[in-house]
Amino acid sequence: MDFLNAIILLLNYIFVPALTYGSQLALGAIFVTLIYGILRFANFATGDMMAFGTMVTILITWYFQSKGISLGVLPTALLAIPFAIIFMIGYMLFIDKFVFRYYRVQKSPPVQLAMVSIGVMFVTQAVVRIIIGPSDRRFFDGEKFIIKAGEFKEMTGLNEGLAIKSSQVITIFVTLVLVSILFWFLNKTKTGKSMRAYSDNEDLALLSGIDPKRVVMITWIIAGILATIGGALYGLDKSFKPFTYFNNMLPIFAAAIVGGIGNPFGAFLGGYVIAFSEIFLTYAYKKFFMYVLPESMEPETLVQLLSTDYKFAVSFSILVIVLLYRPNGIFKGKVL
Amino acid sequence: MGLIILVGIFQSWNVALSIFNMCLISAVMTMGANIQWGYAGLINFGLMGYAALGGLAAVLISAEPVKEAWVAGGFNILMCLWLIVVMIFAIRFVLKYFKKSKFRTYGIAAIIIAGIVIIRITSEPSIEAIESVNPATTGFLGGLGLPIMFSWIVGAFFAGGLAFVVGKVALGLRADYLAIATLLISEIVIAIIKHEDWLTRGVKNVIGLDRPVPYEVELQTKEWFINLVAKFNSGKLDLIGSISDKQAALNQLVIEGSSVFVKLCYSGLFLMVVIALLIVTQKALYSPWGRMMRAIRDNEEAANAMGKNVVKQHLLIFILGSAIVGIAGAMLVTQDGLFTPGSYRPMRYTFLIWVMVIVGGSGNNFGAILGGFAVWFLWIEAAPIALFLINLFTAGLADTHSLKIHLIESVPYFRYLMMGMGLLLIMRYRPKGILPEKIEIK
Repeated sequence: MDFLNAIILLLNYIFVPALTYGSQLALGAIFVTLIYGILRFANFATGDMMAFGTMVTILITWYFQSKGISLGVLPTALLAIPFAIIFMIGYMLFIDKFVFRYYRVQKSPPVQLAMVSIGVMFVTQAVVRIIIGPSDRRFFDGEKFIIKAGEFKEMTGLNEGLAIKSSQVITIFVTLVLVSILFWFLNKTKTGKSMRAYSDNEDLALLSGIDPKRVVMITWIIAGILATIGGALYGLDKSFKPFTYFNNMLPIFAAAIVGGIGNPFGAFLGGYVIAFSEIFLTYAYKKFFMYVLPESMEPETLVQLLSTDYKFAVSFSILVIVLLYRPNGIFKGKVL
Repeated sequence: MGLIILVGIFQSWNVALSIFNMCLISAVMTMGANIQWGYAGLINFGLMGYAALGGLAAVLISAEPVKEAWVAGGFNILMCLWLIVVMIFAIRFVLKYFKKSKFRTYGIAAIIIAGIVIIRITSEPSIEAIESVNPATTGFLGGLGLPIMFSWIVGAFFAGGLAFVVGKVALGLRADYLAIATLLISEIVIAIIKHEDWLTRGVKNVIGLDRPVPYEVELQTKEWFINLVAKFNSGKLDLIGSISDKQAALNQLVIEGSSVFVKLCYSGLFLMVVIALLIVTQKALYSPWGRMMRAIRDNEEAANAMGKNVVKQHLLIFILGSAIVGIAGAMLVTQDGLFTPGSYRPMRYTFLIWVMVIVGGSGNNFGAILGGFAVWFLWIEAAPIALFLINLFTAGLADTHSLKIHLIESVPYFRYLMMGMGLLLIMRYRPKGILPEKIEIK
């Protein structure tokens, strides 16, 4: 019984939150890695683009709510996301046309493009804050929990409760669906294959008759989809605040590099690696050991490897270690 | 420059001088970044971390030592420092005397993990003891109680030391990887400064640091200062007839004058630093060393083939540039008289400085200073300008119109918009900056 309790404890406080957080990071990391693989620059505007997508989702959600449209138990935002995606794709293509294309045609070095993306970051951040303001916003409606801790305790008779929020389930489910569609697209369809070919070797792809404009456009479209969904899911699960989105850029970068930048599958797994290690290393295991160990050996301290203040620092340290020992990432990305 | 004087005339000299001082500090930071980027082509997004370390140096040098805290836990903390040194030497020993193998890698990992565990066990009780010493006002070890000016040098050393470690780790990476890695490392530095309360008081901030210049309140009572103010404003004072009115006006002027005087003192100090750095960097730019750096920047392989040690020079310039940023960080804390780890954010201390470098002109020291001045000025004055523009464009709308109210409420965020637009326009139409790099062959 104690053992079961311990497992439920870990599930509740480590596994479910880490899986959710990892999914949100994974979407962002795939976004970064696609841009890096195909357009060949580190996009510093990632976090703010996600914030922009979320903002559009929120605005449309508010509109729907004012009209009385809702999805019942599911959050209204799910209905708003497709419209937000369309808007976001337009935004991405607009930015590409007026900002990034010039440097691509000029064949500027990647560093210059990264600098330009910082300019985009400033502008996007300003637009988001001007339109919706910097404050914290929650836009989750519908049923909040799938299983409540109390109900779970009653059902199983255990001491520890397991609470699963519906936003967590939605996040994991949507991520899995989206990522499987994406991998199917990249690996099986002709367009996807041409994108991978372009990422591998630009000149060779040109020679084989792949239209670079089309590849770039599709990349931005996928980026728009990923940014909107990733951002909206994060906002549904936690809350929407422009500043946190900007900060999230850092673990997202870490996830993309840990997984091997330019490699979407690596980025996907990298998100989970970062999320799990952050939560594993900062969780206080006292209660867990209380269940598992006999009473005489119970620990007195919190048995916390690192205090939660260092959450971000953990993921960055992992990144530094990976960069030192396997600069290509865990799953061989582009050769540096 | 002219713009700052305009602000002085229209808003107040006080505001103008505080903008001017911040411009000088920004200029120093920009010069640090410019040395790395403009001379050597190294991209460093970790400026924030070095600036914060400079600030930390200011605290550690000038704060009064807290004796109780040292008694409570100083010994254990020193033990920990010693342990860290032992750990580093152990790792070096292993690296030197064992062949590269899986076994060695695991050995090093074991040393690090064991070291961290031992350090945590020794430090935990003493940290708690230190933090519980009068937590409202101290709760940290305090500093050395030396004049704060020393911290400018110490800050440079701190930042340089960090840059040495970071450089050893990350300089082999490709440009945009280096950018990401340095950005993340600087976040780690900030996390440590924010949460190690025994060292820095963390988010509780350190306030009331010593000043290298007199305090306003003291100035206001000094005879010579009142006379000075009276002399400066004699024309204005003569116009006032009655003696009591004259005295009141004089008092008002003395209060204003004292804060202007203090800021002028700071300006003088900062100007000395800027000019000294400018001379040194200009000399370096035209020296054989500067030529070598440019050669390395423009073609690494060729420079390597000519027998230049690229790795070593990169490390050197990384340390030098970071040290300059460290000086700027210490100057900033000196001016404010307080150290607030929570205020170090990448937007303000990394990306804004980079905007200054790019806008001013990379590789040109005067460009760096110009960028520092122009961008900081815009950053501060963006809100009034935006307010003016909004009022202009929405003049047709009623004051109660929701759009107008919303726009006016979000005025502070227009500065991001202006920075971003400015950066994008400069990158597009003047990619080398306002003052591009020019190398005269003498």
